[in-house]
Amino acid sequence: MSARTVITGLGVVAPNGIGAATYWANTQKGANGIRKIDRFDVSKYATQVAGTVEGFDATEYIDKRLMVQTDNWTWMALAGAKLAMEDAGFDAGSQEPDRMSVITASSSGGNEFGQREIQSLWAKGPRFVGAYQSIAWFYAATTGQISIKHGMKGACGVIVSEQAGGLDAIAAAARQIRRGEVDAVLTGGTEAPVGPYAITCQQHNCLMAEGDDPETAYRPFSADAHGYVPGEGGAILLAEGLDQARARGAEQVYAEVLGHAATQDGTTHTAPAADGHHYARAIQLALADAGVGADEIDVVFADGFGTPEADAAEFTALSTVFGSRLSSIPVTAPKSMTGRLYAGGSSLDVATAALAITDGYIPPTINVGTSAFDLDVVTEGRAQQVDTVLVAARGIGGFNSAMVLRRVSE
Amino acid sequence: MRRTVVTGVGVVAPGGVTRDSFWATITAGKTATRRITLFDPSEFRSQIAAEADFDPIAAGLSVQDVRRMDRYVQFAAAAASEAMAESGLDLDAIDRDRMGVSLGSAVGGTTALEDEYVVVSNHGEEWEVDPEYAMPFVYQALVPSSLASEIAMRFRAHGPAAVISTGCTSGIDGIGYGHHMIQDGRADIVISGAADSPISPISMACFDAIKATSARNDDPAHASRPFDRDRDGFVMGEGSAVLILEELEHARARGAEIYCEVLGYASRGNAYHMTGLRPDGLEMSDAINDAMAQGKVNPTDIGYINAHGSGTKQNDRHETAAFKRSLGDAAYGIPVSSIKSMIGHSLGAIGSLEMAACALTIRNGVVPPTANYENPDPECDLDYTPNTAREATVNNALSVGSGFGGFQSAMVFGKVKEVGE
Repeated sequence: MSARTVITGLGVVAPNGIGAATYWANTQKGANGIRKIDRFDVSKYATQVAGTVEGFDATEYIDKRLMVQTDNWTWMALAGAKLAMEDAGFDAGSQEPDRMSVITASSSGGNEFGQREIQSLWAKGPRFVGAYQSIAWFYAATTGQISIKHGMKGACGVIVSEQAGGLDAIAAAARQIRRGEVDAVLTGGTEAPVGPYAITCQQHNCLMAEGDDPETAYRPFSADAHGYVPGEGGAILLAEGLDQARARGAEQVYAEVLGHAATQDGTTHTAPAADGHHYARAIQLALADAGVGADEIDVVFADGFGTPEADAAEFTALSTVFGSRLSSIPVTAPKSMTGRLYAGGSSLDVATAALAITDGYIPPTINVGTSAFDLDVVTEGRAQQVDTVLVAARGIGGFNSAMVLRRVSE
Repeated sequence: MRRTVVTGVGVVAPGGVTRDSFWATITAGKTATRRITLFDPSEFRSQIAAEADFDPIAAGLSVQDVRRMDRYVQFAAAAASEAMAESGLDLDAIDRDRMGVSLGSAVGGTTALEDEYVVVSNHGEEWEVDPEYAMPFVYQALVPSSLASEIAMRFRAHGPAAVISTGCTSGIDGIGYGHHMIQDGRADIVISGAADSPISPISMACFDAIKATSARNDDPAHASRPFDRDRDGFVMGEGSAVLILEELEHARARGAEIYCEVLGYASRGNAYHMTGLRPDGLEMSDAINDAMAQGKVNPTDIGYINAHGSGTKQNDRHETAAFKRSLGDAAYGIPVSSIKSMIGHSLGAIGSLEMAACALTIRNGVVPPTANYENPDPECDLDYTPNTAREATVNNALSVGSGFGGFQSAMVFGKVKEVGE
């Protein structure tokens, strides 16, 4: 039984690249995956850009029979699961089913599938609602389908804490491994929030950037920040006990999940609390859980919410944690290239951080222009040794979460 | 190992919207199932449900709470207030940084999402819906995390918070996730439980489509018939139960009245089918065995089994097999019941209501019955506590849940024992 949890496989389906290698090459060079939405007429909507996954052919990953039973959100997760296991050289079929599980983050479920079925119901009547609505739309669909597809019978989970959910799900996977219940967990999450009704719902949180210019819409930490942009996709990761991963001869060990903590502002149903107090506390508790001092953090993968108020709150929180050393710590938000992917967002951040550790490269935050804060925001990618990373995330509704990842020495 | 105990219970359920009225309903064998009143069900295959006669203002919510919260969140807010009051916790005295929130929900804000959709799509006519017509809190309906946010706000809880959404096992899993928060030392108090309000056209239609719900529309009071030979599906329900979980020493130090201890919690996936169950009950049995082993509880120590008992043909057969597989001959001597016979199946919420029932059973020494049990099914041959409650000393109670996605969860509650006892 291994007490240590490591990430051994990455399955990325992101607006700026499908597959970890393509995504990472594009992310290193700052390739923007945010585009004008062209899959429906966006003229009615205030936010007209989104991080959209282009060129994703679900039939490359799943059979058509399963496709009709599932939403696009689940397609991307099934693809991510397959890619993660291939990346890890992990053959689920040769493992003990009880020793594997699936824990994903979920946020808005099967949006497009659900909209289609509700449309049928109200336009035509209840008998026109299809049999698969009951299993495609609900938040557990992705975890259930992955578990069935790959024969994973350990305790499965679905964790919902808005954009913080990815970190919370990966942490739940690590705790399950630490308790000795399972050896391997497919974890992380995806999201597909770019449909007319989903965009309508998001517009009413009043936190998104308006307009149609992909280069100026989402600018975390910028003096010109004016909201976030939503995106689709995310990452599914394979987490394993370190000993089990080594024993089976894993292809690679990207990083160890060293510590995690989550807190709640307890004061908001919308934007993050302005004082950043409980956000700072989540980061401090994660560092303590990891047994790592703030001075050991090489880079911060920030939440980068993208509203002036939320960015200021994050600056305050990071100042609380890092004190006067903050201005010398590289801070980055690669999600400036993808938009906020909700359940997929902090999952993708962990994948990106794992790649940064492995390749010794800090990917950039794009479209910052003039920074609003005394922070070392990484606006051009940097090649440098990265051993210990802090990944921080906040979810609308007061969720704060933080995770420490570290290089595993041979 | 840190131990978790239950120190408060709050309930919103069909048949009665407080803990006491819930207990009165389920021990009287009264059924709360009826023809749907929340919308006109006449075009639906299943036109019946167990509805909660819930008045949010009477339950202490403000008019602004009511606007902001979908019905399922309102249920949870009311249940949480009742549970918190019973626990005797003084919010101004406790360390609220150490108070977490872990709540389950299977379908979250679907009711509000559907209501808004009807308007913005102009009754389903427009695909590119008009955002101008949506209410301001529609984002909170889109993401079920709102449930945890709202409850954290209500009690100024600053510990870890999440919604667990594993379909129909969400209730047990929500309490289980909270139990882990306490075990791991991440929290000393957790507001746990679940809520769902799925009695809406889209939810009814999607279960109609797979004929999972009962079509006994001419006799709603007798439609939910778990383990009975003539069962024809589940009857939709709604509601919420909230349990205050607390670390044992924390509860003792303040002299709290303790219901019971969370002795074990486990879950398995059947990795077989999103809705289908193999008749052998293997994975549910594995979850039961695991939960019992964690609590060092033997089959003969179990005084009550609160079954999933949804009243579908396959479920009741499946879990009967699971009980026998795990408990052997002892299974025949333990009273089993399904409170879904009375309050319907409220999807993710029901697991929390069933754990509330277990806590009350242990405290009150009364086993609630299975209503509408008339004709034995040869494949379901345990003691289902037909129709009438029974007095019994219950030291340990087992509850199970089974849900779409293949999830099977089990939880054991027991009277608090001293170490070595």
